[in-house]
Amino acid sequence: MAESFIQLERLSKSFKQKQVLDGISLDIRRGESICIIGLSGSGKSVMLKHLMRLMDPDEGRILVDGQDIAELEGEDLVAMRRRFGMLFQGAALLDSMTVADNVGLGLTESRKYTDEQIEEIVISKLEMVGMVDSAEKLPSELSGGMRKRVGLARAIATDPEVMLYDEPTSGLDPVTSDVIDDLIVELNQKLHVTSVTVTHDMRSAFKIADRIVMLYGGHIEFDGSPEQIRNNTNPVVQQFIAGSARGPIRVA
Amino acid sequence: MAEVQGLVRVGRRGISVVSWIGGISILSSRFLYHLKDIPRSARVIFEQFNSIGVKSLPLIIVIAVFVGAVSAWQAAYQFKFIGAPLRYLGQAVGKAVIMELGPVLSALVFAGRVGAGITAELGTMKVTEQIDALDSMGISPNRYLMMPRVLACMLMVPLLVVFADFVAIMGGLVVSVVGVDVSTETYLNGLKSSFQLGDLVNGLIKAWVFGLIIGLVACFEGFRTQGGAEGVGTATTQSVVISMVLVLVFDFIFTVLLFRI
Repeated sequence: MAESFIQLERLSKSFKQKQVLDGISLDIRRGESICIIGLSGSGKSVMLKHLMRLMDPDEGRILVDGQDIAELEGEDLVAMRRRFGMLFQGAALLDSMTVADNVGLGLTESRKYTDEQIEEIVISKLEMVGMVDSAEKLPSELSGGMRKRVGLARAIATDPEVMLYDEPTSGLDPVTSDVIDDLIVELNQKLHVTSVTVTHDMRSAFKIADRIVMLYGGHIEFDGSPEQIRNNTNPVVQQFIAGSARGPIRVA
Repeated sequence: MAEVQGLVRVGRRGISVVSWIGGISILSSRFLYHLKDIPRSARVIFEQFNSIGVKSLPLIIVIAVFVGAVSAWQAAYQFKFIGAPLRYLGQAVGKAVIMELGPVLSALVFAGRVGAGITAELGTMKVTEQIDALDSMGISPNRYLMMPRVLACMLMVPLLVVFADFVAIMGGLVVSVVGVDVSTETYLNGLKSSFQLGDLVNGLIKAWVFGLIIGLVACFEGFRTQGGAEGVGTATTQSVVISMVLVLVFDFIFTVLLFRI
């Protein structure tokens, strides 16, 4: 078994009166591809944002390589975040900038590269996602799938060790979804990253994951391999992967 | 029961005011901290100077022409009423514009144009996760977005006020000459005889603080926007209302402090 890389210890978070995460503990091992599944509003994205401290938990802590990330400040926090790359739900491209500037932004602002180096990296990353022809376009000129691909290029521009994908296929047609899934699998293999994907698309979960975790009611309902989840008899898990309205899950 | 609920509501309101003040104080300290990054953010800052300052100039000029024109007309009307000599018209317009109308009206217009724009922009970036995306790339939104905007507001408002003062006084001159039958010379003499550099400096100090307030409030409200298009709308309204009220409150405080009776 690979070494533990990111550890969540009794993580709790609530918004107003709603307890979204209720004492979640999870060990993410180096090199694995883990999918977090669950209903809309079950706290999947919230959990993902905690991993690189885009949110702070109410209780509990997160360790990256044994270091409590809540203790990081200033340059150390920046350095920790640079080890992560994140693809946001709506891609979150800065809409005042061209595709190329978006992809190169993290490199430009780190002030460690010359303009020529940045251009070279930007082109190579855009090539990886098949978007090099759109380099000079603005995000508003792109379709949803194209934005996600650019978002992906931006996330991998700084060669992160961990990739976080927040609903990479939501809002896309099945074919484009599959293209994105293929890209994720390809990138994970090529770049040897650890990846955490939040999704409620079971097709893509089965394709991407070597481990699936299901969140339900603020806690972890299931944690195991794709094989195990298929054969799991827990009615909550079964209802979710079958996508059925009938069963123990109540949708508020 | 009703009393208790009322009390609870007052309490909640009190807490939110205190936390607002706390939040904006923290943002102010971040602003001061990131001033050290001016050299590396020079390009972004100049873009803001242009979009916040230069592009506000036409609107400020139009407003100022009318402010000066109305001041001159109203002053002439009052002079006639109390029988004051019209040679003081230039003085009345000049003092009113330089000490009060120039800084305050420019700031209010600026809050409507620039403050609203900043909050809507940052609010949209917040709800579409663009702010999170910056953080995720290790780029501080305070350095990259907030500092250049607040700095531009702080420096541009006084500059705009200088233009506004000048244009308003000229607007007053035109009305005096055309409508009230006061000669250019009389108007300018009245202006000159009463002009004090201190008044102008005080007006500009006010403008500087107003700019700082508008910039900080706009960024603060933008960064804490929640919940889609409606949230952006609410935050923008909130930003304009709060900064306008604060401009007038601070104007009163400054007036009492700077002009001792």
